[in-house]
Amino acid sequence: MNNKIFASGDEALALGVRLAKPQVIAAYPITPQTITVERLADYVEDGSLKTEYMYVESEHSAMAACIGASAMGARTFTATSSQGLLYMCECLHYASGSRFPIVMMNANRSTATPWNIYGDQRDSLSQLDTGWIQLYVENGQEALDTVIQAYRIAENPEVMTPVMVNLDGFVLTHTYELVDLPEQASVDKYIPYKDYPNKMDLDNPMSTCITAGPAWNTEFRYQQHCAIMNSAEAINEADKEFEALFGRSYGGMVENYLCDDANAIIVTLGSVAGTTRIVVDDLRAKGYKVGLLKLRCIRPFPKDELKKILGNSKVVGVLEKDISFGYEGAVFTEVNSALSTLDKMPKTYNFIAGLGGRNISKNDIKEAFEKIIAYGNNNENASNLEFVKLGCEEYGN
Amino acid sequence: MAINARNMTNKELFYGHKACGGCAASLTIRWTLKVFGERTIAVVPPNCMSTVGFIFPHMTFGCNAIIPPFAATAAVMSGILASAKAQGLEDYHVVGFAGDGGTADIGLQALSGAIDRNDKITYICYDNEAYMNTGIQKSGLTPYGTKTTNTPAGKNIHGSMSSKKNMFEIMAAHDITYAATVSVGYPEDMLKKLEKAKNAPGPSYIHVFAPCPTGWGVESDTTIEIGKEAVDCGLWYLAEYENGEFTLNKNPKDFSSIEDYLKKQSRFSHLDAADIDEITVQRDKKWEKIRKNWVR
Repeated sequence: MNNKIFASGDEALALGVRLAKPQVIAAYPITPQTITVERLADYVEDGSLKTEYMYVESEHSAMAACIGASAMGARTFTATSSQGLLYMCECLHYASGSRFPIVMMNANRSTATPWNIYGDQRDSLSQLDTGWIQLYVENGQEALDTVIQAYRIAENPEVMTPVMVNLDGFVLTHTYELVDLPEQASVDKYIPYKDYPNKMDLDNPMSTCITAGPAWNTEFRYQQHCAIMNSAEAINEADKEFEALFGRSYGGMVENYLCDDANAIIVTLGSVAGTTRIVVDDLRAKGYKVGLLKLRCIRPFPKDELKKILGNSKVVGVLEKDISFGYEGAVFTEVNSALSTLDKMPKTYNFIAGLGGRNISKNDIKEAFEKIIAYGNNNENASNLEFVKLGCEEYGN
Repeated sequence: MAINARNMTNKELFYGHKACGGCAASLTIRWTLKVFGERTIAVVPPNCMSTVGFIFPHMTFGCNAIIPPFAATAAVMSGILASAKAQGLEDYHVVGFAGDGGTADIGLQALSGAIDRNDKITYICYDNEAYMNTGIQKSGLTPYGTKTTNTPAGKNIHGSMSSKKNMFEIMAAHDITYAATVSVGYPEDMLKKLEKAKNAPGPSYIHVFAPCPTGWGVESDTTIEIGKEAVDCGLWYLAEYENGEFTLNKNPKDFSSIEDYLKKQSRFSHLDAADIDEITVQRDKKWEKIRKNWVR
């Protein structure tokens, strides 16, 4: 039976959501997420998805509706991007604090101002402290598969934490590829509906989203922290079990691509990992010992995996579509923090690229590898942060 | 048989909380839950009632209850409803209890959305005419002339200078299934309308005039009396919107004294004769419209 469908990233994700069968979907449109919510409406129309499809009036209400629906025990889904994600920020903390296993797609897009609808990761990376698990995908197939995995992770009783599945705006959301559709029966087995332990039950009433003063607050927060730490195992388990059922695996929290003997490694996340992989192959063919470490999640942060995989490399470059103004790329900070606990830390270099949708070409990545190899060999104290293809005069660091 | 003060249940679903003496908001929740029953999911945004009712580990609701984000009372209600529908649950009521600020200011967008979706929820606005939980600041439902902690009664600021947003008619403009105004000073009318809201096939909205002795500067045993007097002097009215029509439920022949009503509350103690004249003019204009359009 042919289960291949030609789909954009948004559509692939919607196909994954249909297979996951959320009982409530709260939808509000924002570019470049719109195709996902349009397709889901089509599925409701053609009867292939049975769900309460809610037409909410804002992203704040989209997440609030998911909070209400999840609190009442239903599997939920919503999707957003950029300003929408920022508008629902308050509700992100809310959902994670009361441990609602909501799954959300975020189409990574630049944040205003200046206005820009194209892809970068400043939206989701600015939300690392909201208590959400954050997953990033490389292509449409991974988007489809990961949103299914997301429910298994979120609803794991040891986790019970919302999950955000991030895919790059336009580069992924609007790019078509052939995706393989898993069998519904197997997906049902992979993510059976669960009775949430924290749901409001009409026969056994409770209060939820409560107040906890100084005497209790730390304990609630500690448990929340433990849950996300526990999700590391759940993410790896979800990927292994997915492979057993569907024959595809993404490495769990990270993908190690030719890093074991590499002396120069680029760490990145999202669609640019695909381009980087090709550049690694090209450079390997020329004899360079280079590798790619793809981050599939940034919360929880795969600290141990990074230490193990990057620990023997001479130099590590972090390529990210983000800048935390006044410091450096947010991912760079995370990677440095993890590596700083090694006895001998590799040298690290930060590439800020792809802001507002600027293309990151193979050549850009090749030059990035060349730069870090030179930087690794250079003992001078040079700057280690660079805006790739900066078109204006550089100021002193 | 309709629920009234004599036959209403003795079962309490909101008790043991830390609200002030004479709090009409807590009375509103108490009465409402007596009408709606144990299979209610109460949605109470950050306000006095959630502050006094959900302090871990001391929970005070006898039914399911949730604090939604401040701006999202009605959106969380909609989500609960969608969830219950999706799971095929039966015999339940989703009821929100938001204050005047939580309704007419920060919660208005979500409320509008829920009514637009025609969700069968009951949204109760307990209107104590200011942000009481944060220490008595002006809201969109604070009446003209009110002294609050951010509208002081001095030379440059003479209390709150805007008049109350008309929430009841804003709800009617959505062509909501059922909307009503009530006052805790007229409990029989209030219970009757709560029951109508409970049985309405679509969204319903009840706007409760709910005195706050702490914020208004009156004795805590005068809540009911003040609630009644507000209606009697014409500064509040009892009305319904149903099947696209307005109905006035109480049409006083003569109003009691506005000045007596205002002067016993310290929030109005600074008002002079000109202010009271202005308030009287506003009242008369309002009642002219009400009598012209809502009395058949």
